[in-house]
Amino acid sequence: MTEEIIIAGFGGQGVLSMGKILAYSGIMQDQEVSWMPSYGPEMRGGTANVTVIISDDRISSPVLNAFDTAIVLNQQSMDKFESLVKPGGTLVYDPNGITHHPTRKDINIYQIEGARLASEGGNPKIFNMIILGAFLKVKPIINLENLEKGLQKSLPARHHKLIPMNIEAVQTGMNNLVTINQI
Amino acid sequence: MAEVKLMKGNEVIAETAIRCGCDGYFGYPITPQSEVMETLMLRKPWEETGMVVLQAESEVAAINMVYGGASCGKKVMTSSSSPGISLKQEGITYIAGSELPCLVVDVMRGGPGLGTIQPSQSDYFQATKGGGHGDYHLIVLAPASVQEMSDFVVLGFDLAFKYRNPAMVLADGVIGQMMEKVVLPDYTPRRTEEEIEKQCGDWALTGKKNRNRHVITSLELEAPRQEVFNEKLQRKYREIEANEVRYEMINCEDAEYIFVAYGSTARICQKSIQLAREAGIKVGLLRPITLYPFPMKPISDLCGRVKGFLSVEMSAGQMVEDVRLAVEGRVKVEHYGRMGGVVPTPEEIVVALREKFSI
Amino acid sequence: MELTDIIKEENLVLKKSGLLTDNVMHYCPGCTHGVVHKLIAEVIEELGIQDQTIGVSPVGCSVFAYNYIDIDWAEAAHGRAPAVATAINRLHPEKYVFTYQGDGDLASIGCAEIMHACNRGENIVVIFINNAIYGMTGGQMAPTTLLGQVTATTPYGRDAKLNGFPMKITELLAQLDGTCYVTRQSADTPAAVRKTKNAIKKAFQNTRLQKGVSFVEVVGTCNSGWKMTPVDANKWMRDNMFAKYPLGDMKDI
Repeated sequence: MTEEIIIAGFGGQGVLSMGKILAYSGIMQDQEVSWMPSYGPEMRGGTANVTVIISDDRISSPVLNAFDTAIVLNQQSMDKFESLVKPGGTLVYDPNGITHHPTRKDINIYQIEGARLASEGGNPKIFNMIILGAFLKVKPIINLENLEKGLQKSLPARHHKLIPMNIEAVQTGMNNLVTINQI
Repeated sequence: MAEVKLMKGNEVIAETAIRCGCDGYFGYPITPQSEVMETLMLRKPWEETGMVVLQAESEVAAINMVYGGASCGKKVMTSSSSPGISLKQEGITYIAGSELPCLVVDVMRGGPGLGTIQPSQSDYFQATKGGGHGDYHLIVLAPASVQEMSDFVVLGFDLAFKYRNPAMVLADGVIGQMMEKVVLPDYTPRRTEEEIEKQCGDWALTGKKNRNRHVITSLELEAPRQEVFNEKLQRKYREIEANEVRYEMINCEDAEYIFVAYGSTARICQKSIQLAREAGIKVGLLRPITLYPFPMKPISDLCGRVKGFLSVEMSAGQMVEDVRLAVEGRVKVEHYGRMGGVVPTPEEIVVALREKFSI
Repeated sequence: MELTDIIKEENLVLKKSGLLTDNVMHYCPGCTHGVVHKLIAEVIEELGIQDQTIGVSPVGCSVFAYNYIDIDWAEAAHGRAPAVATAINRLHPEKYVFTYQGDGDLASIGCAEIMHACNRGENIVVIFINNAIYGMTGGQMAPTTLLGQVTATTPYGRDAKLNGFPMKITELLAQLDGTCYVTRQSADTPAAVRKTKNAIKKAFQNTRLQKGVSFVEVVGTCNSGWKMTPVDANKWMRDNMFAKYPLGDMKDI
């Protein structure tokens, strides 16, 4: 199994940390992982993206131009990455702020209203975990037990009390996935 | 078994330095390697191992601090990125000219000038051919994974002390910024003063007592005596070339074409190999691990059974010159590169291979 | 009276410091460097710290200081001695570390390094020889060259519009919180030499007290560069240099 994922959105949406949790969870189930961020001015509020690869085999290139899954969280990222999903691949996106919805017919497309659900839940910080939950519903490459271990590894100890809340957010994401296009 | 961690290449440089008994780090912030000093400052190794960490006022000061520390036989290092490494060249040539051991980490970004903060490999010439003035070489190690960022800090220091010569870890923004699995080395205590005396006692500045004074200098005004020193340096480089070449070969057994690539580009080429072989093109990869000394012989040995070499670099074509020197015109050597911080995709490398060799 | 009647311990009036080597100094007759080298050797000997002292020599006439004082030395790149000394001090906090620098080395190309070593309060001694000229390269303008002073690169005299003003670097460094002792001395009379030696001794003693940078400027002559006899050079220094660079302690904490 090899899953090549791009997660893209605004800086501050938790794009990089979502990728890190995903990668750490992959390690927890003895897989090879890589996490390659865009870096530079993006850190200060522009667009941010991270390429995460989880594989049973040694990972070759950490930098890719085609992805099994794109997780898209703003319009700029939609414009850039919709076309880079491999035919037969997957696009998961949050419709919040999206004006031009994806149009491809050769990929699976799903919506998750992460921003709305997070704000209804009263905690915008769990946004990225809702998105992650939606992704894992489509691609169950990480089980919840390993995800919890990944959270323990990637969060500092003082935040470990927040792990149950994060797992709950993942389940919220899993339960609110909407299918837009299925091939 | 040691714990598997998920870490950035830059963080691993810092963590390994602490663990391998480094005595001092002197640096100056520059993207994309600022995490090295940030990680060290956060870890406070001075409380744990006694390692000194200092943010200098400039790259120039930082490398001269390395000169001072190395003069004492201490295990000292600095890290920077391309524009900062240019500033450090003065100190590096003094260190080479005084035969001092030290480690310099260069996480390359695009140039010339202020250039870009995105990854590049356009400082190959600077790293492998000397960089500063005078006839000298650094021992240059090119990591292609986060694990090698750790391994080569340890190896770099070992080689630096073995040959009393500065060593460089030449990485790029991809390797510095990416996170991968890594197993860090166990802690090696910093050497005691007695151990330093034993290892470096015939030259290091430890205070003159019951011996002749030690002078660390690269100055010799008498031309014939300077030439004798130059000849000594050259003998050392020949020894390094004979003993320290390191490289990796992937899928070369049946290959008709060979990618030559180092660092992050070597990783991308491995993906290109998958794509090319799916299309029926038999291609392999020769990855130089030491850029100086360069793996001349392994490339030369392949000439008898391959149709050509494609040097893939994030530069206008620098390492390709060494590939051509190794091949000596026997088969076709081509270059494919991206510049300015653009990272080549696996797909475009395959396209380049097809075009340049009419496959 | 025979010679052996004279060579007796009780008749000894001057003895070369045991830390001065027998190498023939390359300095010009009349140069201040030789005197200051002697004072440093005497101070190190008197404090009994030969085995604990590491010197850092500059680029300039005193690049070969390591040939004359019998201690361990590092020869630094031009202007970088304070950075080199910083690392030696940090890695060997128990040792006595000093730099020996001229005006071009310290006040021109090494301005950043001396400023920041002083600002960090490195526990080092800095001996700064100010003779208002680049001696080794053949008498060019230094940052401390006086207005109107003729050098190889100010052949019509230093002009403020063209070359800026003489730089009082020592006054600048005295403002920094990392310096504990900042003084300006000279070595043109026996009394001045005694005062300079006391200043150097105090600077080294401060190292033991871990007080920060002790900075001793010595206003000196370069009769070759100034194109004067040694006697005239001393007079010119007193008449011109001391007005711009007044002697005395600027700071003593």
